[in-house]
Amino acid sequence: MSILIDDKTRVIVQGITGRDGSFHTEQMLEYGTKVTAGVTPGKGGKKVGTTPVFNSVEEAVNETGAECSVLFVPAKYAASAIREAAIGGIKLIVCITEGIPVQEMLELYHALKRKNIRLIGPNCPGVISPGKSKVGIMPGHIHKPGGVGVISRSGTLTYEVVYSLTEKNLGQSTCIGIGGDPIVGTGYIELLEMFENDPDTESIALIGEIGGTAEERAAEFIKKTVQKKVVAFISGRTAPP
Amino acid sequence: MTIKIYEYQARELFKEYRIPVPSAILSDTPDNVFQAFDSFKEKVLLKGQVLTGGRGKAGIIQIANSPEEAKSKAKKLLGMSVKGFSVKSILVTEFINIQSEYYLSVTIDRDSSEIILIVSKAGGMDIEEIAETKPELIKKITLFGVKGEINEKELIECLSELFEKEIIEQAKVIVQNIYKLFREKDCSLVEINPLARVEDKLIAADAKIVFDDNGIFKHPELLEFQNPEEYTNDELQAREAGLSFVSLEGEIGCMVNGAGLAMATMDCIKLEGASPANFLDVGGSSNPEKVINAMRILLANKNLKAILINIFGGITRCDDIAKGIMQARDKLGITLPVVIRLIGTNEEAGRKMLNDAGIKALRSMPEAIKEVVSIVAGGR
Repeated sequence: MSILIDDKTRVIVQGITGRDGSFHTEQMLEYGTKVTAGVTPGKGGKKVGTTPVFNSVEEAVNETGAECSVLFVPAKYAASAIREAAIGGIKLIVCITEGIPVQEMLELYHALKRKNIRLIGPNCPGVISPGKSKVGIMPGHIHKPGGVGVISRSGTLTYEVVYSLTEKNLGQSTCIGIGGDPIVGTGYIELLEMFENDPDTESIALIGEIGGTAEERAAEFIKKTVQKKVVAFISGRTAPP
Repeated sequence: MTIKIYEYQARELFKEYRIPVPSAILSDTPDNVFQAFDSFKEKVLLKGQVLTGGRGKAGIIQIANSPEEAKSKAKKLLGMSVKGFSVKSILVTEFINIQSEYYLSVTIDRDSSEIILIVSKAGGMDIEEIAETKPELIKKITLFGVKGEINEKELIECLSELFEKEIIEQAKVIVQNIYKLFREKDCSLVEINPLARVEDKLIAADAKIVFDDNGIFKHPELLEFQNPEEYTNDELQAREAGLSFVSLEGEIGCMVNGAGLAMATMDCIKLEGASPANFLDVGGSSNPEKVINAMRILLANKNLKAILINIFGGITRCDDIAKGIMQARDKLGITLPVVIRLIGTNEEAGRKMLNDAGIKALRSMPEAIKEVVSIVAGGR
């Protein structure tokens, strides 16, 4: 088991025809992710590699039955693309895009909560369940299947931690980058809860950043609720004020 | 992109949104301050303009009772600086007889993902200090949350706990207008401290606005507020190149992808006994051009003894970085020692390019940090 995604998760890529979208679609497919379709308005009918492109999320979902979407849409259009995914029937949205206006995210945050749709990110590396599926931009080869659940606010620092874990022969159940923006779809606490309930996760690594109080609240939650072992790290001791 | 603005600029936006402010004249020489005094009665407030808070404590807000006094005080103020920001202009402001002071701000509460109004009767003081010492004096009201926007009736109810009956309508209108400004200009903070009661009127005696960096592209009209002096020269160059950069005191220039890894890199350099010269995040999706620009900015620092490039590729591809490093070497003629750590997406391609060019690239971050620190230590 793992959380959020596994080898059965069917994924569509919004913004598949862009430089990053097409490159990472290929990388995800290579890793074994079931990428079933892509969406770029106006480019329906084309293909990226072997992946069919549709004009809308609704079409892509109808054709392929995907339940997860990953976004490589530019910041200007990202909020409306997330909205389109939600309306189109996607249950798990992973938004890689950085630079989305905070107030647009704030409105989306509440709209998605009301509809019970899960958003990871924005401004994040995505989610990977090693050996099963990779929905995001992290380098797949540094991961290894195993029992450590990884939750992180940082992007590249997560890779650093995962790389060290793998070197020490500690595999991972699922690794999630929650994103570095002031408003993110899913926070530490919800994921800690999921890992606590996931039988295949034995311990949890949490990587925080300076700014805000999310880490403090996670610490309180861990103390009260989490039985599994949690190791946390926050960078920025030497950061200027 | 970031835009920081002065009080006098925030006041302009307040006026646009019909938030009452005292009358004032912006002056940048002691003579102009002398002349400005004429427009007021017998007393003015001289408010030094800087892009940072704590102006009262720093002594750059002063009272003057005559044009002569205003001029001589202005002379002193214009030479002062607060937290590295020098006073370049003075807002000569009408002196108002304040009966009571409130604190009022609209901001985003990260814990609840809501837009909130923060109100306190303890205006004029440092709000963070009050939050620590007397949290009961601060009231938080959700303006936009799970249920959408607050309605007028609920807002009046909340405000009636803090404002006297005769000014509650004014308080409500001010809150509505600040909220409107906050939403329409994509702000992350709009603050009035103090909101002053003068007889039966509420006046914003100070104005502070912070914009959401991510929202600025929607507001070309805000570009006229840009103040180039808010950045050091290399910070300005970095901004133009789309890099996130902060200069520091140390001797090791750092080029890292991702803010978290960049901070961890700085932390590790410190732990090894050396000091980073800067924070530099080349960001995701780095094209080779970004690496060259980053290198150019690093090399402009004359205190530099060595450079550490620490890249863990995700959306950033190691071959793009390698291309950038090679082009930078050819274009910029780097004589300083450079330690490179390159790993992640397209790592094989990137390392091969560097190896073929005779450039060493490490895989381990601790190893790279030890190496760059030993180079700097050896040169001491």
